[in-house]
Amino acid sequence: MNRRPLLSRVAESVYWMGRYIERAENVARFVDVNLHLMLGGSEVDLSEQWRPIIDTTGDSAAFEKRYGDPTRENVIEFLTFDPENPNSILSCLRAARENARTVRDTISSEMWEQANKLYLMIMDEGARNRAAHSAHDLFAAIKLGSHLFQGITDSTMSHNEAWNFIRLGRMLERGDKTSRIIDVKYFLLLPKVEDVGTSIDDVQWSAVLRSVSAFEMYRKRFGRIQPDRIAEFLLLDGEFPRSVRHCLVESGIALHAITGTPLGGFSNPAEQHLGQLRAELNYASVADIIAGGLHEFLDGLQTKLNLIDECVFSTFFAMRPLSDAASA
Amino acid sequence: MLFDSYTTDGFYDEMFTDAGVPRDSAKLLVDTITSMSQQELLLRQASAERLLLHMGITFNVYGDSGGTERIFPFDLIPRIVPPQEWVQLEKGLKQRIYALNLFIDDVYHDQKILKDGVIPREVIDSAKSLRPQCIGLNPPHGVWCHVTGTDLVRGGDGVLYVLEDNLRVPSGVSYVLENRNVMKSTFPKLFEGMAVRSVDEYPSRLLEMLESLAPMSNSNPRVVVLTPGIYNSAYFEHSFLAQQMGVPLVEGRDLVVSGGYVLMRTTRGFERVDVIYRRIDDDFMDPKAFRPDSLLGVPGLLEVYKSGRVALANAPGNGVADDKVIYAYVPDMIKYYLREDAIIPNVPTYLCWRDTDRQHVLANLDKLVVKAANESGGYGMLVGPHASAADREDFARRIEANPRNYIAQPTLSLSRVPTIVDGHAEGRHVDLRPYILYGKEIFVLPGGLTRVALRKGSLVVNSSQGGGSKDTWVLAAAGGRA
Repeated sequence: MNRRPLLSRVAESVYWMGRYIERAENVARFVDVNLHLMLGGSEVDLSEQWRPIIDTTGDSAAFEKRYGDPTRENVIEFLTFDPENPNSILSCLRAARENARTVRDTISSEMWEQANKLYLMIMDEGARNRAAHSAHDLFAAIKLGSHLFQGITDSTMSHNEAWNFIRLGRMLERGDKTSRIIDVKYFLLLPKVEDVGTSIDDVQWSAVLRSVSAFEMYRKRFGRIQPDRIAEFLLLDGEFPRSVRHCLVESGIALHAITGTPLGGFSNPAEQHLGQLRAELNYASVADIIAGGLHEFLDGLQTKLNLIDECVFSTFFAMRPLSDAASA
Repeated sequence: MLFDSYTTDGFYDEMFTDAGVPRDSAKLLVDTITSMSQQELLLRQASAERLLLHMGITFNVYGDSGGTERIFPFDLIPRIVPPQEWVQLEKGLKQRIYALNLFIDDVYHDQKILKDGVIPREVIDSAKSLRPQCIGLNPPHGVWCHVTGTDLVRGGDGVLYVLEDNLRVPSGVSYVLENRNVMKSTFPKLFEGMAVRSVDEYPSRLLEMLESLAPMSNSNPRVVVLTPGIYNSAYFEHSFLAQQMGVPLVEGRDLVVSGGYVLMRTTRGFERVDVIYRRIDDDFMDPKAFRPDSLLGVPGLLEVYKSGRVALANAPGNGVADDKVIYAYVPDMIKYYLREDAIIPNVPTYLCWRDTDRQHVLANLDKLVVKAANESGGYGMLVGPHASAADREDFARRIEANPRNYIAQPTLSLSRVPTIVDGHAEGRHVDLRPYILYGKEIFVLPGGLTRVALRKGSLVVNSSQGGGSKDTWVLAAAGGRA
């Protein structure tokens, strides 16, 4: 087969482009759903509602050092516009655009334009004002912009090796973010056994589902709001496109399309570790997971996702030794 | 209306012979524009600018630490080149490139033109852009200047002159293509009834030319575009051309020399490269052969090139003919190699290393344009009539310290084209850069980059110094659209 070779540097750039756009979307989701939550839950300490979001992104130390106590304003600033926070929406969209710019010859013009427009939108002078007065509108636009990018990617770019790297980056990122949401919320909500069954519990858990656009699909699948069912749905559901298992299945398809290795086996460490994790989730039951400690399970999951990312790097992106060149 | 108060102010105007009197080739266009409301025109101008921003058609400004990007300003009113004028230009450009190429090949081989005394040997020996590494080299087809972007200007006498040859790494052709796209999508009405020649074939022609350079052994050659990276001011163009040709855009760090070949690092290991369209200057291309401190290049590249196992476009060393002192001898080259007179004349040029010329230049600094022999992009230049006394003194000192490095030319009153300024049309000075490809044969793209000096009265069209651009319409001869 005469496949067009893909530069390692380009593969890495498109992979990160996929990850960063997905990351920006997920941060927008966290913030947006919290804004909604606060409109309904006035009985609890509102400031406490912002801390879990910072925890979800894994940047709480950096936040406290620079901002102190979380408030609506400073959390939105930190997560949306702060250029010094490498995981703010602005930083993600900037990184996505910079990556897209280095591979403009590889992706379609339409994709580049969409990445560029998203960045220009968050950089626009009016964006901060929009966040203050119609925040939902801004975050909805970011989510939509990310979906648009994904749609444009799928419908204007050949489904070639580079496209599979974009998909791989996107799906690994999404799986990681979904697992973090479950982790933080479970950690916060489940220990308070006395809350179970109260109205706050329902509101909070619905918010978890909404933050990953899962509320309606969950209802269709399980009906009543139940924490263990929610964990099952977000972790193990085979059909919901943001569940961790689904993300891993999609990642696997992308990875194996890149190498040409059949899905049942592996030809490099990335495929091996991803395959093991996929199998683990394919045959897991939520009861076992909760019995063994959900937090511990999710912690392990994130470690394994990091390992897969490292293996993708060393297999495809890292500079090979020149001694390999002789066999070219 | 847009042209109501438009005057030519005594300059040669590309659109009007006099106030209110359009040239024959521009009549239809002027009618169409006149039939539109000012508001409509301004809306279209704004939508063209938005389109360029969204497309990210920007250039990087040097000296700005943030790597700031700017849109290359674009003006909606096209510049028209009548068919009969284009025929002459095309002939003249082919003639010039053909002779220049023979000259470069001669310089790196027998140096007949020096032996016959047509060009003084010391001019060549003192040319900074001469590359001794290239002596005796035989590039494919004997071609050294594969892509050229010749700068033309029209003087007050209505004559088009060659101002610079730009043989090394000319840029701007992406704007020619994108300007046309923007015009078509924001202003389709303007094209009605006009037989504007297409520029779309450029990427295919470029690819065809590059593939023709491949080492003989390879029937399915791998072509790449080599860029210094995203911080280069022409990065957009590098990625655009790679994308339009469907070939990889590589940086120096993607390439490696091994076993006598150039290889690129891919996700599956190393793959061989046959032709490199390099957009990196000679100096930075290969730290082993040229500047050792270059981080952009590929160590060992020149050796592979010399062995014929990779082709480079443009050929290293061709900048010797870009030297502005050597430029002055191009009409003599044409006579020497082709026994013809130059079809497109040079701008009269004073060479400061000649005593009589230098005295004249120093005495007339307030009237002349002085240029460093080896700079481009509008740098190292003095526009005498617009310069301060201090700047002129500074240049006088520089000329006396290094006369070989300076030339001077009369300040041309460049022709003008109506340009939208604050909602109405005003004349602004322009130049014209057509693009020429040379592989097995010479191809001149029917179009070009019209750069416009947006500041009132300014003669400097470079994008780094307040220039913008216009779409350039070469019209097909009567009898059909080309």
